[in-house]
Amino acid sequence: MSKLPALPKRFHSASVWALYGLGLCPALVAFYLGATGQLPGNPVKEFEHLLGIWALRFLVATLAITPIRDLLGINWLRYRRALGLLAFYYVVMHFLAYFLLDQVLNIPAIIADIARRPFITIGMAGLVMLIPLALTSNNWSIRRLGSRWNQLHKLAYIIAAAGALHFAMSVKVIGLEQMTYIALVASLLAWRLVRKPYLKRKRQATAPRGRAKDAVAL
Amino acid sequence: MPAYRPPRIASSEITPEGCFLSRRAFLATTAGGLLAVGTGAAGAQAAALPAPKGKYTVDEDLTPEADVTGYNNFYEFGTGKADPAANSAAFKPTPWTVKVDGLVAKPKEFGLEELLALPLEERIYRMRCVEAWSMVIPWTGFPLAALLDKVEPLGNAKYVSFETVVRPEQMPGQSGFFQPLPWPYREGLRLDEARHPLTILSVGVYGKTLPNQNGAPIRLVTPWKYGFKGIKSIVRISLTETPPPSTWNLSAPNEYGFYANVNPAVDHPRWSQATENRIGGGGFFGANRRDTLPFNGYADEVAGLYAGMDLKANF
Repeated sequence: MSKLPALPKRFHSASVWALYGLGLCPALVAFYLGATGQLPGNPVKEFEHLLGIWALRFLVATLAITPIRDLLGINWLRYRRALGLLAFYYVVMHFLAYFLLDQVLNIPAIIADIARRPFITIGMAGLVMLIPLALTSNNWSIRRLGSRWNQLHKLAYIIAAAGALHFAMSVKVIGLEQMTYIALVASLLAWRLVRKPYLKRKRQATAPRGRAKDAVAL
Repeated sequence: MPAYRPPRIASSEITPEGCFLSRRAFLATTAGGLLAVGTGAAGAQAAALPAPKGKYTVDEDLTPEADVTGYNNFYEFGTGKADPAANSAAFKPTPWTVKVDGLVAKPKEFGLEELLALPLEERIYRMRCVEAWSMVIPWTGFPLAALLDKVEPLGNAKYVSFETVVRPEQMPGQSGFFQPLPWPYREGLRLDEARHPLTILSVGVYGKTLPNQNGAPIRLVTPWKYGFKGIKSIVRISLTETPPPSTWNLSAPNEYGFYANVNPAVDHPRWSQATENRIGGGGFFGANRRDTLPFNGYADEVAGLYAGMDLKANF
């Protein structure tokens, strides 16, 4: 596998902070444009949809870290927490845009939406599931929870599926964009099913001959 | 040396003044259009179309022209709201004919010139999209009834069916791998709805001919119904005895009914219809959510058409 030139270690932490900064730019720019009346047409919906689509992008990026490492040999694990938290921030902002700007605090209407409209129910479920993941995204929780942390964070799979479904169900006609996200999430989840056999075979293929034979015998 | 004699021009070759003037207007607006491309207010084909103001008006602010011509649903040009304005420059709304046939005594194919010669007037109507947003739009057009009178519907005609043009080479949404809807786009009205004085065929907006993204050169406007009933770029109108198919109803019958009357009491399965977002408020905080009115505020005029009907079942 071809390798990217490795980022010197002293830049690792700075590159993570840069990711947070860059990742929040779409929301900041869109908020500025919307607040100053520069978003065309239906500014609230534009903003709401932009936040939703970026949330989904960051969910996809979070789940892509593992296959990128498995298949390309590039280790971007250090960015995964930032990507996951960015997804969480965007989902929260997406909800706040709906709650504050779109429905303008009309709580009965929001409750009716969540109860009656499956795509909103699914979206809300995704937001709720993200909360424990965001709360346990710190090193202390990782140490404290041990293997249970891994179990808990498998919720990310369900959340990403909920996100893609929420997007597809929200539109009048499912188009290329929705199909693309469904396909991306589906392949990222499918990778989790095949990665263990794949990694095993890869190890055997690269291992010395005698040991590979042993492994087969096992 | 013979004196110079100007060549005689056959009268058939003389460009009619109307065409000449509209070419001028076309060039003027095209130049304006090119300048306006950057601001998203493209309306390349629009030419001036003056018409007297009719009696129908609304005591609410007009939606800015840039929004009326820049925020559209016209899936033949793409499913994004800005797609119709961005992708419709190659569409040719002239020459154009509308075939009117079916259960009529005098079927006829009308040239656009004939339709533009009907008495046009400007009407300011509310427009409520099924997606819970709304506008206030100054349309120019004529009552559909005026056209129906010319073809003399037969006694057994009960419905009017409409069809949009199919031109994949000029309408990018009609070609390619993912096509959102089956073409042609179809819509229908009951004959009494079609003959209602509020129902117009529009040929202009904001005092100009319709821009391509708004359904050039001719489209339906039924202000008490959701916007998707307002079929665009019409090429055929047929009178029928049985209810005609309508595209959105075929695509999702539980979401879009044949009548599609604006009704705050009947939700779309995926969103509430109780309120609407008025486009063109300028920014997040100017955007105003307002209550949706039964029949979009035209109940006094049209509620009688549906007397005795269950509007929850006939949505």
